[in-house]
Amino acid sequence: MTAFVIKRLAFAIVTLFGVLTIVFFIVRVLPGDPALVILGDQANQASIEALRARLGLDQPLFVQYLDFLGGVVVGDWGVSMVSGRPVIQEIMNVLPDTIELTVVSLILGVVVGVPLGVWSAIKRNKVPDYIVRIASLLGLSLPAFVSAILLLMAFAIQLRWFPVISSGQGDTIGARLRDLALPAINLGLIMAAYITRVARSAMLEVLNQDYVRTARAKGLSFAVIVWRHCLRNALIPVVTVVGLYLGILIGNSVLTEIVFNRPGLGKLIIGALNQRDYTMLQGMMVIYTLIVVLVNLATDLVYGLIDPRIKYQ
Amino acid sequence: MTVLPAPRPAYWRRSLAAIGSGLLAAFNTNKTSWVGLGLFLFVCLLAILAPWIAPYDPIDQNILFRLKPPSAEHWLGTDYYGRDTLSRILYGARISLMIGLFAITSAMIIGSFIGMIAGYYGGSVDIVIMQIMDVLLAFPSLILGLIVVAMLGPSVANLVIAISLTAIPPFARIARAPTIAVKEREFVEAGRALGYSNPRILFGHILPNILPEILVMGSLWLATAIRVEASLAFIGLGVSPPTATWGGMIREGFENILDSFWLALFPSLAILIVVFSLNLLGDGLRDAIDPRLKGEE
Repeated sequence: MTAFVIKRLAFAIVTLFGVLTIVFFIVRVLPGDPALVILGDQANQASIEALRARLGLDQPLFVQYLDFLGGVVVGDWGVSMVSGRPVIQEIMNVLPDTIELTVVSLILGVVVGVPLGVWSAIKRNKVPDYIVRIASLLGLSLPAFVSAILLLMAFAIQLRWFPVISSGQGDTIGARLRDLALPAINLGLIMAAYITRVARSAMLEVLNQDYVRTARAKGLSFAVIVWRHCLRNALIPVVTVVGLYLGILIGNSVLTEIVFNRPGLGKLIIGALNQRDYTMLQGMMVIYTLIVVLVNLATDLVYGLIDPRIKYQ
Repeated sequence: MTVLPAPRPAYWRRSLAAIGSGLLAAFNTNKTSWVGLGLFLFVCLLAILAPWIAPYDPIDQNILFRLKPPSAEHWLGTDYYGRDTLSRILYGARISLMIGLFAITSAMIIGSFIGMIAGYYGGSVDIVIMQIMDVLLAFPSLILGLIVVAMLGPSVANLVIAISLTAIPPFARIARAPTIAVKEREFVEAGRALGYSNPRILFGHILPNILPEILVMGSLWLATAIRVEASLAFIGLGVSPPTATWGGMIREGFENILDSFWLALFPSLAILIVVFSLNLLGDGLRDAIDPRLKGEE
């Protein structure tokens, strides 16, 4: 187990290092001179030089790169070009909102998706299976912002059950939940669509195993076989879904936050894009990278824990 | 190194015939694929014919006909500038399909090539390539697309670059695994014994064997590409206005959602139809060619 953990940890560090390098070069090399971008092309040479020196842009690229990596490690992610506040502080202000939304959605996705997937697998090629499969395929086909708008039209505008704009900062638990409900349902149902499909195919595979036939032969009821014997094994691939579809979850959370006008990383990154806030964009990419690498590491380790076969590979 | 003769075309013709009949068999195993293909081809036809069948010019503004609900003159209503929604949806299909097809075709070619090289040569080449792919894969594709388009500027070409970049790693992965499996088979061994060059074995013998799987994944990723393009346009990073894009139309419609909900609704349905048809197509085919599920029926 120790060797397995060390191997995964090393892999995570290499990935982190790789993505951070890409991030650095995307931000530094692609947009041209950030000083020019900030000051505009009317600025005189002296003020451009001054700003370049202040931002460390007059240093050789290699020194800038080391500065950047060092900054990431010690939590100095620069200062927002727009608000003037530290990037890391701005990110930490809204990170809890995004985490709240994604975690609740993920739980919703598992609670809805796993039973549906199992049911669909048991009823393979019968009416319930077709209905579940078409519904989950529809869930995959709707871009998150489209489903968000549809939910908004139906439940906030027509039925007025929920607020049109979720501030995400309600004072009472009730208000907070009301704000969270529609965005979480939107993101949660999309995750449920993915999870249903994974749970279904995992379940189908398990149902074909010899030990299932043995259990049946010795007279166990079908329900016991499914819920006690099969589900546990079928859940293993579902765990990897979290790591595998994390990118989709993050992308969808950005779109959901925009439609529901909810504070979070999504609104922050769109704001940074619109205002050409390059230090903020760089910080956003760093935080996304950290999230992706850490969650993947966590799912790898959980996977190794629940499936003893993995760690011996 | 001597100049090697090109692979005999007869081999490829035979391979293509085999791929064709394999795909046909897959289609027939899963009839829903036909529905998906039919729906998708219908949308493609509408997109191609847009200049002839669209009732109005998609960027022609008419202040007298602003924000009109669906009617006999404007089947799907008009937008804030009095432009005909149906015409804009038809023209928007061209943008979505063009960006999606270009992006996925290039990702398919580049990604499969990278994956085949990694799988065929193995060892440290494999480790380095797949490590890079995993790093790229680790990054959320919408965020990557967003950054690239924001840096390069929103144009058809840049959107193609951004979207194909996010789709290369999955194709590399898809192509790598079967390459490793196929390279151990006897016919590859035989080819090597006959002194065939590596490129000849790779493209003449291994590629035809992994092509069906790549094509099926292509249809699923085309669905994703169209979704990502629409999402970027919704965020404001689509092909610049006044060009009609579905995501852009939804973005504009969203601003008037309280009184003119159809503006956002119809392009949303258009996206749903295209993406759903491609998912139906690819999903059915994947079930049919997935070796793990084979022979169960």
